[in-house]
Amino acid sequence: MAVDSLDDGGTDTEAVTASIIGGSGFTGGELLRLIAGHPTIELAEVTSRSKAGKSVGSVHPPLRGTDLRFTEPDDLESVDVLFAATPHGVSMGQIDEFFDVADTVVDLSADFRLESEAQYDEWYDGHDAPEYLEKSEYALPEINRENLAGAELIAGGGCNATATILGLYPLFEHEILDGDEQIVVDVKVGSSEGGAGGGEASSHPERSGVVRPYAPTGHRHEAEIEQFLGTSVSFTCHAVDMVRGASATSHVFPSGPVSKGDLWQAYRGEYEDEPFVRMAAGGSGVYRYPEPKAIAGTNMAEVGFELDPSNKRVVVFSAIDNMMKGSAGQAVHAANIALGLEETAGLEFTGLHPVGAP
Amino acid sequence: MTECVECGADIALHDDLEVGEIVDCTTCGAELEVVDTAPPVLERAPELEEDWGE
Repeated sequence: MAVDSLDDGGTDTEAVTASIIGGSGFTGGELLRLIAGHPTIELAEVTSRSKAGKSVGSVHPPLRGTDLRFTEPDDLESVDVLFAATPHGVSMGQIDEFFDVADTVVDLSADFRLESEAQYDEWYDGHDAPEYLEKSEYALPEINRENLAGAELIAGGGCNATATILGLYPLFEHEILDGDEQIVVDVKVGSSEGGAGGGEASSHPERSGVVRPYAPTGHRHEAEIEQFLGTSVSFTCHAVDMVRGASATSHVFPSGPVSKGDLWQAYRGEYEDEPFVRMAAGGSGVYRYPEPKAIAGTNMAEVGFELDPSNKRVVVFSAIDNMMKGSAGQAVHAANIALGLEETAGLEFTGLHPVGAP
Repeated sequence: MTECVECGADIALHDDLEVGEIVDCTTCGAELEVVDTAPPVLERAPELEEDWGE
């Protein structure tokens, strides 16, 4: 359903229409914010069973004044692209209905990230629509851009997996690692990863000030990391006192000699031309390594590294905003590519400085 | 264009460069000292030691 609209220059452009399923959560709010500022995508509907009838601004304060209300998800109009920001397990049960109203579906949950039903049996609770798994494309353009153009089903990457993969990917692509090495990953995450619902452990008195290990082994995002890097990683998360942000520190031990020049060649080779990856590896100034504060609210990832010759170790840092590069921003970036739009459209915000805790 | 001695990226330098001037690489952020101007030669600039509050 293409409609005519006017861009800022006053010329006719072909707009695409979008709706959001599950718009009252945090990532749904980020999708709303991004699409509200998108030059080409026009929002048709945003659904929420719990908030139906209420204005979007009543739930998401940055959208106050927007003339748009949540609707029930049962009677959607046809649109060009449907974003699903629902909890894990919902989209796989409704995917046929989603494709009844849109040719392109972007799912932000874990439902279509993995390649096989067996992986869902191992890491999740099985899968209700495994026939769609081979049709889905992982949303992270830095590792899957060539398959996103024209994709009909796009699976947003997990936030912790996104941070980890972006940090380690150049080391595999440039054969500094071959997959036989031990890799230890520690990710520090903000409270918004737990979603808007929360629970006892997420209440402010309990969550405030913590450095709390969670899923210290066997985190589900290991499945994605293994799928895209081709090797398993030893992965642990800590919940820390941030709202936004995922900061991954990966310790790797290459079997051969590695120089700073080798590392720069690998990281520049992969990311120098990427619109949403910045490198920070020692440099100068206050922010010398990737820092969630520096990219809060943006679709940017920061990656960097340091060499530890005495221990034959490379330590890799990567930081993202879990709700942006780790979810809604990644989804819009992938949709832009799938729909043939300007890749960076709607995602130009580069962050704030100075700023408080992200 | 001159190459960064830290990361290898191209650095665009202004015309009235002076020896002793400190420039930074926009790719890796390294601070670099101009040690010659014709042609430009850069070296990693000495850093002040900081304890970063540790």
